[in-house]
Amino acid sequence: MVKRLIVLIYLLFLLVLPVGLIAWRTFGDGLGAFFEALTSSSALHAFQVTLIVAVWAVVLNTIFGVGAAILLVRHEFPGKRLLNALIDLPMAVSPVVVGLALILVYGRFGPFGGWLEGRGIQIIFSTPGMVLATVFVALPLVVRAVVPVLEELGDEQEQAATTLGASRWQTFLRITLPGIRWALAYGVVLCLARSLGEYGAVAVVSGRLVDQTQTLTLFVEERFQNFDQPAAFAAATALALIAVLTLLLTKFLRPKG
Amino acid sequence: MTATAVRGRARTRFPTGTALGLGSAVLYLSLIVLIPLAFVAWKSLEEGPGGFWASVTTPDAWAALTLTIGASILVALINLVMGTLIAWVLVRDRFPGKGVVDTLIDLPFALPTIVAGLVLLALYGPDSPLGVNLAYTRAGVVLALLFVTLPFVVRTVQPVLIELDQDMEQAAASLGASNLQTFRRIILPNLMPAMLSGMALAFTRSIAEFGSTVLISGNLPFKTQVAAVNIFSQIEGDNLSGAAAISTLLLIVALVALIAVDLLQRWGRHRG
Repeated sequence: MVKRLIVLIYLLFLLVLPVGLIAWRTFGDGLGAFFEALTSSSALHAFQVTLIVAVWAVVLNTIFGVGAAILLVRHEFPGKRLLNALIDLPMAVSPVVVGLALILVYGRFGPFGGWLEGRGIQIIFSTPGMVLATVFVALPLVVRAVVPVLEELGDEQEQAATTLGASRWQTFLRITLPGIRWALAYGVVLCLARSLGEYGAVAVVSGRLVDQTQTLTLFVEERFQNFDQPAAFAAATALALIAVLTLLLTKFLRPKG
Repeated sequence: MTATAVRGRARTRFPTGTALGLGSAVLYLSLIVLIPLAFVAWKSLEEGPGGFWASVTTPDAWAALTLTIGASILVALINLVMGTLIAWVLVRDRFPGKGVVDTLIDLPFALPTIVAGLVLLALYGPDSPLGVNLAYTRAGVVLALLFVTLPFVVRTVQPVLIELDQDMEQAAASLGASNLQTFRRIILPNLMPAMLSGMALAFTRSIAEFGSTVLISGNLPFKTQVAAVNIFSQIEGDNLSGAAAISTLLLIVALVALIAVDLLQRWGRHRG
């Protein structure tokens, strides 16, 4: 009883009241004000940039994630444990360090960045750099969602399909993919949420150019620092609603057991 | 270990599919993660070990590093106690709305860090309806770190607690053990590996944290500036080798903590 009370009070003051308060402040002036703040041209542009970056990052990490999961579960090769460990590495890296690392390689004075700039391709302070940063921070999510289900599934059906003359691609589309579809959806949702919400890494590589490379999270910070609280709160609430939606979706999709 | 090595040598050539897949995966990982991180380490040593040391011991960097590590240790310890308690209540207690509380625990993982910072500033900032102003204080930094690390210990301890057989506790109680004795002798030893690995994860997250501390810390050097924010301002000031040195130090601390987690989990498995 006492324990329950301590836990509930702790969660109330750390989690529920702060998040509740921001929703209350945002909707306190009515839904009209909320939508007005979110439909300014800067806000709409930030939405657009966020979506472009997130979709690219999710597509890339999904392809990599499924491929890497199949590789780790179905194939034998030397260095497998190392690859497995390296995939988790992004989790241990500060978002700011991610940004710095990408600047050092893909920035104007970096080896790849200088070469690409000579060919008219700009990575840092532009969309490709933001996609790279987002891919980095969200990299393990799809792999980690798919691997356990792939392990549990076993490869008997895949072998049967191969024996019956199915090509590798057919086996993947008809057997493997349907088997992992819920786990894959779970991983994609996690990856999308992480991509939409990334702040630190994108803050470093984007150059934070208003109306150019500003994502929704950068918009929240910039509006707040410029004393435009309604816009900052409205965008923050929109991001929080996405987070709650993610939470409910993942609860529904999470592999049971 | 030897068995895999022998098998690996016997089959030096593996199928083209494997080779192609492995090649692409390694290329992707290298271009996005490994090469850039290697450049951070390389950049930090550009002016030799002396330069590295000079960069991490400049007064503002050193203040940021000690604050970050001190706050992270405090946050890890609070999480150890509160996280275990929350997991306990979620597994052993019954009350209406428990499912909602259980779902809410993951909210800090789903919420963008900048939103977490803004949300905390709304309740514990200058306009606080509670009259508590933690903006621009170290307590504010600790609060932000507690928010973003909440799920770690809960989510590592919870499954172990669900699996834990209550027969042993009942046996201990029937033999006359007090609640405290049962907890110390039966429950705690079983939970300890999970508690410690959750704590280490919370610690590594804390030392790396950036977004949630930006707004509430106010970024005051020597007072509330954490390491990640210090790196950020060094990058903005175009001091990339200084930023790289602090980054490398953070990476090393994080890796040491993660290796500790791995060892703890193995230790737990051997005992289990």
